[in-house]
Amino acid sequence: MTWFRKENRPLEAPKEKRVQTEGLWTKCEACKQALWKKDVEANLHCCPKCGYHFRVSARARLEMLFDGGRYIEHDARLASSDPLDFKDTKRYRERLKKAEITTGLKDALITGEGMIEGRPALVGAMEFQFIGGSMGAVVGEKITRAIDRAIAGKLPLIIVSCSGGARMMEGAISLMQMAKISAGLARLDEARLPYISVLTDPTTGGVTASYAMLGDLNIAEPGALIGFAGPRVIEQTIKQKLPEGFQRAEFLLAHGMLDAIVPRKELKSYLARALRFLQPG
Amino acid sequence: MATPARQLAAQQELQRQIQELEQVGGSAAAHEEAQRLRVQLEALEQSSGAPSSEAGQDAWQRVLLARHPQRPYTLDYISLLFTDFIELHGDRRFGDDPALVCGLASFEGRRVALVGHQKGRDTKQKLHRNFGMPNPEGYRKALRVMQLAAKFGMPIVTLVDTPGAYPGIGAEERGQAEAIAYNLKEIPKLRVPIVVVVHGEGGSGGALAIAIGDKVLMLENAVYSVISPESCSSILWRDWDHKQEAARALGLTAERLHALGLVDEVVPEPHEGAHANHAEMASILRPILARSLIELEALPADELLRRRQERLRKLATFVMES
Ligand SMILES: [Zn+2]
Repeated sequence: MTWFRKENRPLEAPKEKRVQTEGLWTKCEACKQALWKKDVEANLHCCPKCGYHFRVSARARLEMLFDGGRYIEHDARLASSDPLDFKDTKRYRERLKKAEITTGLKDALITGEGMIEGRPALVGAMEFQFIGGSMGAVVGEKITRAIDRAIAGKLPLIIVSCSGGARMMEGAISLMQMAKISAGLARLDEARLPYISVLTDPTTGGVTASYAMLGDLNIAEPGALIGFAGPRVIEQTIKQKLPEGFQRAEFLLAHGMLDAIVPRKELKSYLARALRFLQPG
Repeated sequence: MATPARQLAAQQELQRQIQELEQVGGSAAAHEEAQRLRVQLEALEQSSGAPSSEAGQDAWQRVLLARHPQRPYTLDYISLLFTDFIELHGDRRFGDDPALVCGLASFEGRRVALVGHQKGRDTKQKLHRNFGMPNPEGYRKALRVMQLAAKFGMPIVTLVDTPGAYPGIGAEERGQAEAIAYNLKEIPKLRVPIVVVVHGEGGSGGALAIAIGDKVLMLENAVYSVISPESCSSILWRDWDHKQEAARALGLTAERLHALGLVDEVVPEPHEGAHANHAEMASILRPILARSLIELEALPADELLRRRQERLRKLATFVMES
C-alpha cells in the first residue's frame, strides 16, 4: 500500500506503529480512495465515498439483516464427511481445516432464525472466505433443513448467495445439492411460503443455476457479478471480449432475471416490506 | 478388442474431423471440440490394439469411452428403442435448440415423452447440434414437453449426453442459470414416472437440468461429473496435465456414483463398449428401461411424488455432526 505510506507516514515513524496504522486503512476497489476500515464497517461495508459494495462475511450479513443483530444459529456443527477422500495438490480435509481456521465456520453457509422488523424469518448467508463460498453437501443439507423448518414453522426464507458455485472436491455430490435444494423449494411453493433470493458479488455456477435464481423475488446488490458460466470461461470459449457490464446485476436486471437491485443500506427494509406483501398478517 | 481395420478407420475419421473443425475457424466451441478429438485420437493411437474396456479400468479411460466418436447418441437410441417418434420443436419463448431433442414415441406398448441431448456425428452436424451443449431455450423446450407429458399422462424418458450447458453471451443474456434452475424445481412436480438414462457424458448442471427423475440409470462407461476433468485440472492443479488424476479424484464413473447412491442402476455395455455395437447396447438397455417404467407405473401418482420428494430430500447427504 505505497500510496498510503507516502501520504501519511510521518518521517522516522516507528516501524511497529506504521504497521498497526496500516491495518486500520483499506482502499476502495472502485474509486481507489483510502478509507478508514471503521468508516467502511459503519457504512455496512460500503465505500462512504462512492458507494462501492465490499464483500461481506456471512456473520456480518446476518447481523445487519436481523433486528438487533440477534439470531439463533442452526446446524452450526454440520461438517463435510469428505465422501470422495478427495485430493488434488492438497487434501480436501486440509482445505476444510484451513477454511475453518480462517472463518470460524464448519462450512460455507450460516443459517439462523431471528426477527426482521419484528417478524420472524429464516435467513441463510454464504461465506465466500470458505473455499470460495462453494456449495457442497453441508450447504445443501443446511438449506434443505432451513426449508423443512420454514414449512414446519410457516416462516419465510431468505438466502443471501455469495459463491463461485458447486464445490469440485465433492464431485457429483455437490452437483446433486442443486437438485436436492431445488426440490425443497418446490415444496415451499406448495406450502405457499415466501422465498427471497439475494444475489451478491459473486454468484455463479451451480448456485445461480439452482436456488439463487429461484426466488419468488430475486434481489441483487448493485454491481454484483451474477452468471452461470464465469466470465473467463466464456471468454475462452467464444474467443471474444465480453461487453461492458456483462453479467453484472444491472445487466441481469435489463435482461429480466431480477426483480430489483437494492443497495445494501436499503436491503433490510426492502426485505421487510416485501415479506409484508408476500405473507401479510 | 477393436479390430485393427476399424480402429484405423476411427483414427482417420477423427483426423478428418479435426481438420474440418479447424477450417471452420471463428467458432471457439469448434476449436474446443477439435482439442477434445485430438485427445481421443491420441488415446486411440496409444491403445493400438490393446483391450479398450476392462473391469476396474481407469476413470480417464471411461471419460474417453463416454466421449467416443462412435458411441450411440440420443437419436440412435431413439431409433433403436422407440417407434413412431414425432419430434417436437421449440420453447415457445425464443427458439428451437437442436442440441436438445424432444418428442413423443411408443415404447413396448405405451406412449412416452422423450427428452435428450444430441451431439453431432460429422462436422456439419456437430456445429448444428452445438456439440451437444444446449442454450436456455433447449432446457425450456425440455420442460415444456415434460409438462405436456404430465398433462396427458405419459411417462418421461430422458437421455443424458452433454459436455455441459453452453457458456456463451447469448446463453447468459437469455438466462442459462434460470432455465436450468427452473427445471430443477418444476420437474419434481410432474405427476408421471420419469426415468433418466445417463448414456454418455453427464456434464454438470447442463446434464442435471434433464436428469431429475424417479429412477436414474447410468451406462457402464458413461461419466457424470460436476466439472470436466480438464477444467478441474486447470483450476486445482493450475495446468491441463492432471486430467487423469482429476478424473479419478472426481469419482465420475458409474460404479462409483452407484456406490455413493447417486445413481440407481448401472447398465452393462457390450464387451468392447457401446460404440462397438449399437444394436447390442440397445438390446441390453431395453429390458432394464421397460422394467423401470413398469415398476413406476404401478404406483399411484401421489405415492410416486411422495417417493420422489423423499428420494430428493435424502439425496447426497454426506454430512456429519462435528
Ligand atoms: Zn469508493
